[in-house]
Amino acid sequence: MTENALLQAQGIEKSFFGVKVLDGVDFSLRGGEIHALLGENGAGKSTLVKILTGAYRRDAGVMRLAGREVEPRSVAEAQDLGIGTVYQEVNLLDNLTVAENVYLGRQPRRAGLVDRRRMRADARDLLARYGVKADPDETLAHYPVAVRQIIAIARAVDLSGKVLFLDEPTASLDAREVQALFDVLRQLRAQGLGIVIITHFLDQVYQIADRVTVLRNGRMVGSRALSDLPRRDLVAMMLGRELAEVTAHRDPGAVLSDSPAAFSFKDYGKRGAIAPFDLDIRAGEVVGIAGLLGSGRTETARLLFGIDRPDSGEARVDGATVTLHSPQDAIARGFGMCPEERKSDGIIGDLSVRQNILLALQASRGWSRPIARREADALAERYIKALDIRPPDPNRPIKFLSGGNQQKVILARWLATDPRLLILDEPTRGIDIGAHAEIITLIEKLREDGMALVVISSEIEELVTFSTRVIVLSDRHHVRELRGAEITAEAIVEAMAVPGDAA
Amino acid sequence: MTRLRQLYPQLLALGVVLLLIGLISPGFFSVTVQNGRLYGSLIDVGVRVAPVALLAVGMTLVIATKGIDLSVGAVMAITGAIAATLVADGHPVPVVLLVALSLGLVCGLWNGVLVAFLDIQPIIATLILMVAGRGIAQLITGGVILTFNDPAFSFLGSGAVMGVPTPILIWLAMGLVVGLLVRRTALGLLIEAVGINRRASMLVGVRARFLILATYAISGLCAAMAGMIVTADIHGADANNAGLWLELDAILAVVIGGTSLAGGRFSITASLIGALIIQSLNTGILISGWPPEFNLIVKAVVIVAILTLQSPAVAEELGVLRDLLRRKGAKP
Amino acid sequence: MKRKLLAASSVACLMLCGAAFAADLTVGFSQIGSESGWRAAETTVTQQQAKERGIDLKFADAQQKQENQIKAVRGFIAQGVDAILIAPVVATGWDEVLTEAKDAEIPVILLDRQIDAPEDLYLTAVTSDQVYEGKVAGEWLVKEIGDQACKVVELQGTTGSSPAINRKKGFEEAIAAKSNITIARSQTGDFTRTKGKEVMESFIKAENGGKDICAVYAHNDDMAVGAIQAIKEAGLKPGTDIKVVSIDAVPDIFLAMAEGEANATVELTPNMAGPAFDVLEKFKADGTVPPKWIQTESKLFTQADDPKGVYESKKDLGY
Repeated sequence: MTENALLQAQGIEKSFFGVKVLDGVDFSLRGGEIHALLGENGAGKSTLVKILTGAYRRDAGVMRLAGREVEPRSVAEAQDLGIGTVYQEVNLLDNLTVAENVYLGRQPRRAGLVDRRRMRADARDLLARYGVKADPDETLAHYPVAVRQIIAIARAVDLSGKVLFLDEPTASLDAREVQALFDVLRQLRAQGLGIVIITHFLDQVYQIADRVTVLRNGRMVGSRALSDLPRRDLVAMMLGRELAEVTAHRDPGAVLSDSPAAFSFKDYGKRGAIAPFDLDIRAGEVVGIAGLLGSGRTETARLLFGIDRPDSGEARVDGATVTLHSPQDAIARGFGMCPEERKSDGIIGDLSVRQNILLALQASRGWSRPIARREADALAERYIKALDIRPPDPNRPIKFLSGGNQQKVILARWLATDPRLLILDEPTRGIDIGAHAEIITLIEKLREDGMALVVISSEIEELVTFSTRVIVLSDRHHVRELRGAEITAEAIVEAMAVPGDAA
Repeated sequence: MTRLRQLYPQLLALGVVLLLIGLISPGFFSVTVQNGRLYGSLIDVGVRVAPVALLAVGMTLVIATKGIDLSVGAVMAITGAIAATLVADGHPVPVVLLVALSLGLVCGLWNGVLVAFLDIQPIIATLILMVAGRGIAQLITGGVILTFNDPAFSFLGSGAVMGVPTPILIWLAMGLVVGLLVRRTALGLLIEAVGINRRASMLVGVRARFLILATYAISGLCAAMAGMIVTADIHGADANNAGLWLELDAILAVVIGGTSLAGGRFSITASLIGALIIQSLNTGILISGWPPEFNLIVKAVVIVAILTLQSPAVAEELGVLRDLLRRKGAKP
Repeated sequence: MKRKLLAASSVACLMLCGAAFAADLTVGFSQIGSESGWRAAETTVTQQQAKERGIDLKFADAQQKQENQIKAVRGFIAQGVDAILIAPVVATGWDEVLTEAKDAEIPVILLDRQIDAPEDLYLTAVTSDQVYEGKVAGEWLVKEIGDQACKVVELQGTTGSSPAINRKKGFEEAIAAKSNITIARSQTGDFTRTKGKEVMESFIKAENGGKDICAVYAHNDDMAVGAIQAIKEAGLKPGTDIKVVSIDAVPDIFLAMAEGEANATVELTPNMAGPAFDVLEKFKADGTVPPKWIQTESKLFTQADDPKGVYESKKDLGY
């Protein structure tokens, strides 16, 4: 195996602030294979990738490329060696043109000046090989994420050409785009490239990857060919325990349609964002919101929480008309919201877990009434324990936590305010399976305790599990409401396919 | 409150700077009592640091919100000019203080409104007052150095309470009051949250605009106080030179104090130590007897050294070194 | 059209009518701005001088910008003035506009600063001699001290500025021959009171509580005023325990002199226009071409020169 490995790492170790995040990890990638790198968040995947792509330096271990020992000290050096990377947040510049992005830093020159004509032609040819018909002169921002992703891959492959790392490449793509991306990857595999893909979607792993390496708690659990690895076993490898079928049971409570709704929105809408809709939310129910990206899911959440102002309709809480023109307005009525973009809209990275937990409560009390240290400690301790936040250190800056644990802290932040209505926008996006299950259990428990919840999710199975009702969105319209036994994955998918203006 | 441990880098830097000065000028540390007040180079450092220390207090909060206040030097000139005019006209000190501080507050609010409510970039928003402010100050003084003779007001600059020069007491008090204000309330936490992630903070209901406005207002107040001290010190208002370039020293003090210009976690105490480091250097250079051509070079070299030692890259390397030494030490 | 005629007739006058029309001169004055008290005083004195001589002065404030000065000069040329005074904000970039003035046969006189331009483009430059100013201060000290040993501390102007360099040079030349007078410490006080005071404080600490200092030489009066405060706060008597000599002769230093706290100052006269008008009138009258540089008087004032009276005469000049 060593002989035909394209990229090989042995005994990789790395510590941050005295905490070992990688401990003797081996990794081997062959040419002409797609290799999935899996593990729960915090398992050490990102760190390993950063070491292999030159972004971090390892503390110990050996790294070989095509049998030769290499020591990339920067991403650029790794690139020169033949190792390219496409990050989750596509590392291109939106305001430059497609051609400029492809050739940034290595523009073809003539007489010392950038040869724009050749750059355009080259970019067009290159992208055509990936099946992308993009105008080289158009700014990148003009194209959807999927196209940008492929452009990023084209650039990375063109630059390096031996090994390609893809960090969560499908996170924000729809099903069709994922297939287009996979076609590109298969084509590259045929060319003999070694491809490493990091993802949370097991379906996709089985669809595209040949082999898988699983990390857990900074150690390598194993490396196996996927053809003889049942899905159950893979999940077990990742979790280190047998997974109860999360999606098997369904107990979303009865639909309480006859009782008066605590939260009622009538004809609520905002032009250009979401068509006017009616929505009643009762205490003790979970209203699931389903829809494709761009169907108006997040826009609905923003409107409910007062981030955007409606230009039609009215909102009532307990029967009284209320104005929801800012998050403060909504919070004052007992609303809470976990935003979709956890990093940019959710966590306050440099603040500690404790401070992140108490922030919403503190904001609602006002600056002049600080939460006493003892109360803050108690709050933090309570929620770290209740939500099993790991590591259980209230003083650790939240940015050092894994995605799943960050999400739990943000949930804790709102639970600390004792909200009546909790809006969760993609609460399980990009987090590991363990935390995923815990969050679903929490949603069910909160409902049982009598909280009203609105949960947006692109994971339909998940919505089926916990929703009392499901609102399906399409083309910025609320097209369908499913209740009780009507709620099945098939029904939701069918409703999502309904054109928005046909509602 | 800031834990002592977190101040180690700044305290260490201050210690080393003082030690070096002491080596060059042995008389530096001698403090005596003369005419009933403390007297010595060390005391001079404490007195002369007052304007920058005061500015640094406000600047720390502004920078913590990811902002910057370039106008503080000009605000010093404006408030100094107003104070001198009022004192020269014979108004009592409390009136002068009230008017000048109010004016500083108004200047701060002006900046705050531009930044927080009109969403103008802080560097541009405060540049407006930085440029215009000095002109306003010149209008007030009529382009001359406006002198006065009023022992009561001069007390702010050259008086002493129980032997301790007033400027020292003023900046210590301001540091303490603002420090308590932000740490004994939730203001500090909320300011940090806004500085680190304004969007996320607004989404949890933090009134980011109000907080940002408040930091610029405090910065304006601090600048007003600083303006009065320099005016009282020279018994006159020099609209052209009062506070000139001091905004840069204040920003430097904050940076030496470890608050990132990218906003977020801050420590007023560390900024004050940063200001003391800068002033120790200034005073140290003055008593060293070196020709003035070296002033800026020496200052720059020392500050670069301090900032380098504080940089995350070097900190990591030092960490590795420490681990290595520890491991070696652990071996029998 | 009218203007052109006017210009043509004044040029004709220049040649034919001579002195008879001297009293009706129209002169344009492009001032830098009002960045310092001295600058303001220069403006005031220039206006006074013009009034006394019956000259019609057209004043233009450039607000520290050369482009404004060039615009103003072009405006003066278009108006057909008889002469132009310029206090140049920078030394370079004048060739073009001065050539235009020359073509229009309008003489140009520079005030208080020299420029880098061919000499034939202007009539003359009226400035002080900064080296000489330092020398006058130094000579006063030499005479005052006699043969006593004397340690002098020096408060320099802004490091690298020409007045700082020249005033230092002149002073050093004056005391060079006297081995009993030495400059013990020299630091920059940036021409400001605050820095002058701070630097003097440190000098006093470094020189045995100030007891070793016999005199302070400041490159301008403002720093001297700051130094005087520092001396007083250190428990010493300025003017007696430590002699104070400085340059500029701004009104505030005369107050200090009247109190006995300052000893001498060398005047940088704000009256640059007086000598300029003198040579202009002569030139207009009979074509007398003045030398290319007219040095203003650097007058020494001491406590014996009625400082109170001088203060009264100066205080309203706008310093």
